Amino acid sequence: MAALSDIKRRIKSVKNTQQITKAMKMVSAAKLRRAQEDIAAARPYADKMSEMIASLAGKVSGDSHPLFSKEATGKSEIIVIASDRGLCGGFNSGLFRVAERFLVENNDSEISLDLIGKRSIEYFKRRDAGEVKAALPIGNKRPDYELAASIASGIIDNYLSDGGTDEVYIVYSEFQSALVQTPTIKKILPMEPPEEEEAEQSQLLFEPSPEGVLDSLLPKYVEVEIFRALLESAASEHGARMTSMDSASKNASSMIDSLTLQYNRARQASITKELMEIIGGAEAIQ
Amino acid sequence: MAETFLLEIVTPTELLFSDQVDIFTAPGCEGEFGVLSGHTNYLVVLRPGELRYTQSGTETSLFVNGGYSEVTPEKTTILIEGAIPTSEINASQAHEDLKGAEEELAALTEGEAGYREVRDRFDIAQAKITFTELRKGH
Repeated sequence: MAALSDIKRRIKSVKNTQQITKAMKMVSAAKLRRAQEDIAAARPYADKMSEMIASLAGKVSGDSHPLFSKEATGKSEIIVIASDRGLCGGFNSGLFRVAERFLVENNDSEISLDLIGKRSIEYFKRRDAGEVKAALPIGNKRPDYELAASIASGIIDNYLSDGGTDEVYIVYSEFQSALVQTPTIKKILPMEPPEEEEAEQSQLLFEPSPEGVLDSLLPKYVEVEIFRALLESAASEHGARMTSMDSASKNASSMIDSLTLQYNRARQASITKELMEIIGGAEAIQ
Repeated sequence: MAETFLLEIVTPTELLFSDQVDIFTAPGCEGEFGVLSGHTNYLVVLRPGELRYTQSGTETSLFVNGGYSEVTPEKTTILIEGAIPTSEINASQAHEDLKGAEEELAALTEGEAGYREVRDRFDIAQAKITFTELRKGH
C-alpha cells in the first residue's frame, strides 16, 4: 500500500489541478457570454447584406456575375478556422476531421489552404494536404472585422483572377449552444443565387448600376461570411472549453474522493497495526 | 415641419445609430445625395466621405469609410465598415497614410493581390484630406 505521505501529495496536486480547471471554466463562461453578444451584434449587418444581395440577384442577367458562378478551373480554396489554444475537448479534432474528409473527397482538384488559429497551422504542418496560402493565429483579442478583412483580401483576389480558384469553402465550428458545437463546412463562393424577391422590390433605383453594386458587394459579402465564421468559432471554442473544463473539474472531484478514501483506509490500517504491535508487546511481557 | 424617417447606421460589430431624423446627406459613388422622408427606393454604393444627418435642428457629421445605403420611403439603412466623428480626423495622419498607400500602389499593378486593399486605404486617406481642406476653406 502506498505510503500515507504519497497519497496526501497526490490529493494536493489533484486539488490544485481542480482549482485551475474551475478557474478556466469561469473565464470561458464569461468569454462565451461576450462572444454571444458579438454574434448578436454582427447579425443586423449580415442580414441586411443578404437582403441587398437577394434584391440584386434578380436584376443581374442570369448567372453571369462572378458572385454566383465561375468557370471551372479545378482549383479550390478552403479556410480552416480552429483555435489558438487547446484544452477545449474535441473542438479542434472534430474540425480537422471535417476538413480531412473534404480533402479526400475532392482530391481531384487542386486545393489550397488558409489556416486560421495556431492549432490548425500545427495540424496541417505535419501533412501534405495542399499549398498553404495563409497561416494566421487568432491572437488573444476577440475577433475583429479587420482580421476578417485581411483574410478575405487574398481569397477574393485569387477568386476574381483568371485561372484562380473556382470555389471557396470555409470550415468552422457552428455555435449552437454552450454544449453543442457542430463542425461545419460551408461553400461561400460562388454563392447560391437567393430566391427572387417579390415584385415591389423591382422599383429600386441603383447607383452606379445593379452590376456595379454587386461588384462592390462581393468582397464585402466574403468578409462578412468570414467574420461571422470567426465569431461563431470563437463562441464555440469558449463553449467547448467551458464544457470540457466542467467535466475535468468533476473528474477531479471524484478522484479526490477516492484518494481521500484510500488515504483514510491506509491511516486506519496503520493505526490498527500499531495497536496490534502494542498489544502483542504487552502480552509478551506477561 | 418636415416629416421624419428612421435612419439606421449599421457596422459589422454594432448598430451605431437608430433613430428618427429629418434629413441626411451621404457621399454616393456618383456624387453626394440628400434624402428626405418619402424618398423613392434607392440602393447606392457609398464612397469614403462625410455623412451628415439632422435631428431636430442639430446636425451630426461622421466620416465613413465607404459602404452601402438602402433607402426606402420610410426607412434608410446605411451599412458601413466604420465611422468616426469628423472632428476626430487627423489631417497629418491622413497625409502620412496617403503617402504610404501611394508608395505601395506604385509597386503594385491592378488586379495583383493586395491592390484592392491598398487602393481602398488610398481612397480613404484622400477623402479625409479633401474633407479637411474643404472645411478650412469655409
